[in-house]
Amino acid sequence: MFRRIWALVVKEFMALLKDKTSRMTLIIPPLFQLFIFSYAASFDLNQVNYAVYNQDPGIASRELLGYFKGSPAFKLTATLDHLGQVAPAVNEQKVLMVLNIPQDFTRNMLEGRSGQLQVIIDGRNSNTAMVLLGYINTIVTSFSTQWSKDHGWASPPTELKVRTWFNPNLESRWFIVPGIVGLLTLVVALVVTALSVAREREAGTFDQLLVTPLHPAEILIGKALPGIIIGLAEGSLIVFLTVNMFGVPMLGGLGALYLGMGLFIVSAVGLGLMISSIAVTQQQALLGAFLFLVPAVILSGFATPIANMPELVQNLTLLNPLRYFLVIVRSVFLEGAEMSLLLPLYWPMAVIGVVTMVIAGWLFRNRLY
Amino acid sequence: MRRGMPGWRRLKGLIRKESYQIIRDPSSIAIAFVLPAVLLFIFGYGVSLDAKNVPLALVVEQPSPATASLTGDFQDSQWFEPKHFNDIHAAQEALRHRKVMGILWLRSNFTRELFSGGPAPIGLFLNGVDGNTARIVAGYVQGVWGKWLVRYAQSQGREVILPVNVEQRIWFNPEVRSTNFLVPGLIAVIMTLIGALLTSMVVAREWERGTMEALLVTPVRLREILLGKLIPYFVLGMGGQILSVAMAVWLFEVPLRGSLWVLMGVSALFLLAALGMGLLISTVAHNQFVAGQLAIFTTFLPAFILSGFIFDIGSMPGWVQAITHVIAARYFVQVLQSVFLAGDVWPVILVNSVALVIMTAVFMGLVRLRSRKRLE
Repeated sequence: MFRRIWALVVKEFMALLKDKTSRMTLIIPPLFQLFIFSYAASFDLNQVNYAVYNQDPGIASRELLGYFKGSPAFKLTATLDHLGQVAPAVNEQKVLMVLNIPQDFTRNMLEGRSGQLQVIIDGRNSNTAMVLLGYINTIVTSFSTQWSKDHGWASPPTELKVRTWFNPNLESRWFIVPGIVGLLTLVVALVVTALSVAREREAGTFDQLLVTPLHPAEILIGKALPGIIIGLAEGSLIVFLTVNMFGVPMLGGLGALYLGMGLFIVSAVGLGLMISSIAVTQQQALLGAFLFLVPAVILSGFATPIANMPELVQNLTLLNPLRYFLVIVRSVFLEGAEMSLLLPLYWPMAVIGVVTMVIAGWLFRNRLY
Repeated sequence: MRRGMPGWRRLKGLIRKESYQIIRDPSSIAIAFVLPAVLLFIFGYGVSLDAKNVPLALVVEQPSPATASLTGDFQDSQWFEPKHFNDIHAAQEALRHRKVMGILWLRSNFTRELFSGGPAPIGLFLNGVDGNTARIVAGYVQGVWGKWLVRYAQSQGREVILPVNVEQRIWFNPEVRSTNFLVPGLIAVIMTLIGALLTSMVVAREWERGTMEALLVTPVRLREILLGKLIPYFVLGMGGQILSVAMAVWLFEVPLRGSLWVLMGVSALFLLAALGMGLLISTVAHNQFVAGQLAIFTTFLPAFILSGFIFDIGSMPGWVQAITHVIAARYFVQVLQSVFLAGDVWPVILVNSVALVIMTAVFMGLVRLRSRKRLE
């Protein structure tokens, strides 16, 4: 029995790796994408173009603008000299924000009143706008504290001391890069499996496979193993690069990570094989792969938190193996989570894997179009 | 003229053949209409960056009227779902198990410090794993706290004057509703998929089955074959686009401030580029299997991550920004977000449209080049 399965596995590997384009397709895109996406995917802002319209000749505005100039998050690209220039600069996306300082800014502050700083932000990407606002508030607060100290203002009755765990600088790269590990592993597992049954059905070789002494369970294992092996190999490579090239800290143990990765790949391969055995043509299988992949990524908590989703959609994400794996990867990397803490995340993936494999195996025989 | 007429008839024949193929395998129609409807529906409702009902642990070590008024403000806020804990260790355990997103800690000396003139410290612990959400939550806490501070000081007959008062004006989306920018961006991602899915397999299929070579020995020209492939799928794709825009405007109530004609014109340009990319995948791959693999790898994730739909392109390193220029979705996202939220901003529309035209031309040129080579 083992030899029969092995022969099938060898044949599957040959189908995947025999021609050059196919080999390249499996290896080059994931590595390139890991590299590019890890640098690209970040909510942190850098060198944001901004313009200043300063009507105040006083020292306070000059000091405040100095704070902005000194911050690496901002890049001054234009100094405006009348109000009419504000709208075109923002509309045409020349700048993301305009600082508008009125004439009486310094005078007010020297006489003990608040100076008004107007910030105009391009809200077309509202998340960028929110992040930007946070940066601005931080800068203004540090300027205000300094000013209060220098000019003997009363301090407020309370102060808020913020401390963040696990990711003290709130670098979103630390959050995103482990997420990319999950994303690319899922894509690789799907690429290997989603078309494999459909192709044989289209070519007619699947019928031949079914009349051989191979049991459907053996066919299933033979089809699943290459996906699992390639998935684990590429997953390991991606984890290795994540730690060694991008310097994301790996606080937890490899055991906890690999148990998660193994179960995740099994569930992804199961889903891929299920899609592939429902489809009659490769075109349909590709459609099925996308109909699963796209929601699985967008509703995984990769970029937008699951907690923000409505209840109904949150329940839907319980069927998504990527959802569990992302939490595992991030917890193991950043929080150093142990296996026992992750138990509630392991078993749903195992269930998804088993159920989809069984359905796929059943469909082998029972879907003869 | 004499040469043109039969060409047109041949083209019509090809289009008719392709259309039959579309109608007989319903998966193409599913791609054009079911895919955008399902995806937009799930995402429009599901995807949001606006944190709401954030579980926040409140630890008050020594209750007093002052602490009660502060925690009351958190209770009333729509952003938070406060959970009361008696001591900081229990709260920290909850933070570690991701039961709460943060902890607001009022120590036993809070009230005393407050009366002795302060500043009385308030501790805020946040789970920083998701840095973006942590930052947003910190902003919300600061907002609630700041309002309370002013009110509290007034009730004590004091006045809190901050040296600088920031007046924020967020243009185009003053209520910072993330649906307003996510839905237009999602349309770009979905249309990328539709374009590539529709065409990535059609040429590969003909090569695989040998019908492409049969076609090439007929008087039909390569240009006509490509046009014959493009036109039916273009019509399908535009149908999908119209459906998406209708859903964005009526279902998700995204304001459409620019004109519909501009939107549709740029959509048509983008769709041509996306279909062209699909045709290129189809031509490069030797068979449907590889074409499918390439389509999965090269369409969705790049359009999702490198288009500026969710991650700001301007903040990426220079070499990554350069790479984003080969992603057609990048240009479409900019136009969509502008036309939906800001109106017809012509400098933005023109620059991006030109880029889309160039991309289409490059894709089509490469398709022709590769198709010729394969015959040799």
